[in-house]
Amino acid sequence: MSLLSVENLTLQFRTDEGLITAVDDISFTLGRGEVMGLVGESGSGKSVTAKALMMLNAPNAVYGADSRITLHLDDGDVDVLALRRARDMRVVRGGAVSMIFQEPMASFAPALTIGSQMVEQLQVHTDLSKAQARELSVEMLNRVGISDASTRFNQYAFELSGGMRQRAMIAMALSTRPRLLIADEPTTALDVTIQAQVIQLMQELVKDFGMGIIFITHDLGVVAQTADNVSVMYLGRMVETGPVREVLRRPAHPYTQGLLDALPKLDDLDAPLRPVPGDIPSPLERPSGCVFHTRCDRALPQTCATTAPIWTQTGPEHRLACHLSEGEHCA
Amino acid sequence: MSPLSETLISTTDLQVGFSIRKGPFQKDVLKAVDGISIDIPRGAFFGVVGESGSGKTTLGRALLQAVPVTGGTASYDDGDKRFDLGTLSGAALKDYRRRAQLIFQDPYAALSPRMTVRDIIAEPLEVMGLTRTREETDARVREVAATCRLNLEHLRRFPHAFSGGQRQRISIARALVCGPRFVVADEAVAALDVSIQADILNLLKALQRDLGITFLFISHDLSVVAHTCDHVAVMYLGRIVESAPTRALFHAPRHPYTQALFSAIPSLDPDDRGRAQVLKGEIPSPTNQPSGCTFHPRCAFASDLCRRAAPEAEKDASGHMVSCHHWQDLLRTPVEAPTAAPTQ
Repeated sequence: MSLLSVENLTLQFRTDEGLITAVDDISFTLGRGEVMGLVGESGSGKSVTAKALMMLNAPNAVYGADSRITLHLDDGDVDVLALRRARDMRVVRGGAVSMIFQEPMASFAPALTIGSQMVEQLQVHTDLSKAQARELSVEMLNRVGISDASTRFNQYAFELSGGMRQRAMIAMALSTRPRLLIADEPTTALDVTIQAQVIQLMQELVKDFGMGIIFITHDLGVVAQTADNVSVMYLGRMVETGPVREVLRRPAHPYTQGLLDALPKLDDLDAPLRPVPGDIPSPLERPSGCVFHTRCDRALPQTCATTAPIWTQTGPEHRLACHLSEGEHCA
Repeated sequence: MSPLSETLISTTDLQVGFSIRKGPFQKDVLKAVDGISIDIPRGAFFGVVGESGSGKTTLGRALLQAVPVTGGTASYDDGDKRFDLGTLSGAALKDYRRRAQLIFQDPYAALSPRMTVRDIIAEPLEVMGLTRTREETDARVREVAATCRLNLEHLRRFPHAFSGGQRQRISIARALVCGPRFVVADEAVAALDVSIQADILNLLKALQRDLGITFLFISHDLSVVAHTCDHVAVMYLGRIVESAPTRALFHAPRHPYTQALFSAIPSLDPDDRGRAQVLKGEIPSPTNQPSGCTFHPRCAFASDLCRRAAPEAEKDASGHMVSCHHWQDLLRTPVEAPTAAPTQ
């Protein structure tokens, strides 16, 4: 049973230098209780995709004519891109969909206590009384491993450490019992030891709450430890998608392979670090054909620079968009 | 490393404290670096790892005399000149600035948006008066740009035109232009994407090899450190808890903190889920340090002895130093007991 379907999502930004394509025709579905990792470098369009799900992109964003984002809830489908009034958008902004941001310090209002912010959003999204909302908030803070939760409830964001703030953020995002949780680089700003704690916490919460999660990260290790399925993005295109074991053990797209080769590995200190050649092109100069061909050392002459690859299947559920694998299937 | 190799940087019981105000008439000292003794051989790639708040950046800055040293000694000796760090001023400090440089973490914040790449790289030469004519400056800038694999056409452009990796190469060129013998790289790849991170690491290694520059490489990323450094020191709350040649440290970490740090690195194998040995709690505030071994509140193996007395540093013949009361016991009984229990 799917929870979210994204079809042909194209997203451009109107700027002084012209239209910049941030997301180029991506489609995916997310099942109930599924954790999907969305991986890519800066500029790959992963955060913009996530924000589109909550209609949080800046007003200069232009969505493609056939782009559709549908949220399948128990009481009917929601056509997200058709939402116009702020009132209607509440369902994707904290109601059925919640988001955890990268920088927990910037996500809490500095002049309000953690508790008052948690209670406020509960009152917006649920019909709990103030006292009930308070009780639930303290319970959630407890649940995410914050000791002395009723004291923390009355504190301000600056009084909490980085790891604790991120826990409070998670508690707040989950207190409305969302069906879909979007986690945008939730562990990137944290130390490894705290990151391990947050990953462990999220694994437990998935089990208890059973919501679908879109986990955005640039860290393939974090994906390996959290996701069921993973999709790799490059310059606004999705290039490879599949079950996490498949994609990490048998990466098929040259870009995914390049990302894995560039990672320093602890079990082989002598392996040379191989960077992906070249730099990410400027979004104003999007390459034609396959967007990755300018950095791909196996690009086929002519084909890759001129035509965009189509999706091919390399295993059950494991798909990629690359001319090289199209060739394999033809042969 | 042969015992004959000469030392570039040597510190004994180095301390850096910052005085902070606790109340209207009360002052307290925050010990950011608390008794560090290290020797960095010439030409080495010396890594320092630790969580935020462990004092690794302050250590790097103290060695550049960018923060005042409040105790202990630190010296620099490149065979040509010798300096006692922390006491330098005037001409000696100027000379030291030429020999010791810093590469910053964020290549977006480190470069002035109003200067061309050529001017950014040339500025240290002009400020230090190392070149006499504009031609001489230009020649040196071009030489350094080529070393850092920058395209000469790029020199006329402004930094906004460059990606993160190219900007970091510009920062490195700027640090190298005055010909330093010692470079502190403070989280030099932390802000970069993985595909570019590998490129910058390879460049730094090439500079060590070809120019004989000694690096102090500060990072929170253990896998990066493992791949680039010859020797690694692990810091916790201003102290070094373990220090060893890279291979020895990664194959057989002795301190429980080092072991926990390794275990916390997310594995690329999805079947390793739940195997991470998750360290409980967070690094305490340096103003309120635990008694005895400062790691004991988070250590799964802490005993009464750990709560009472600070451990002494023990160093073996291979240069593997560890500061833990129980490291030998832990070696005999491989990590198992309390680690499997999930923290709640």
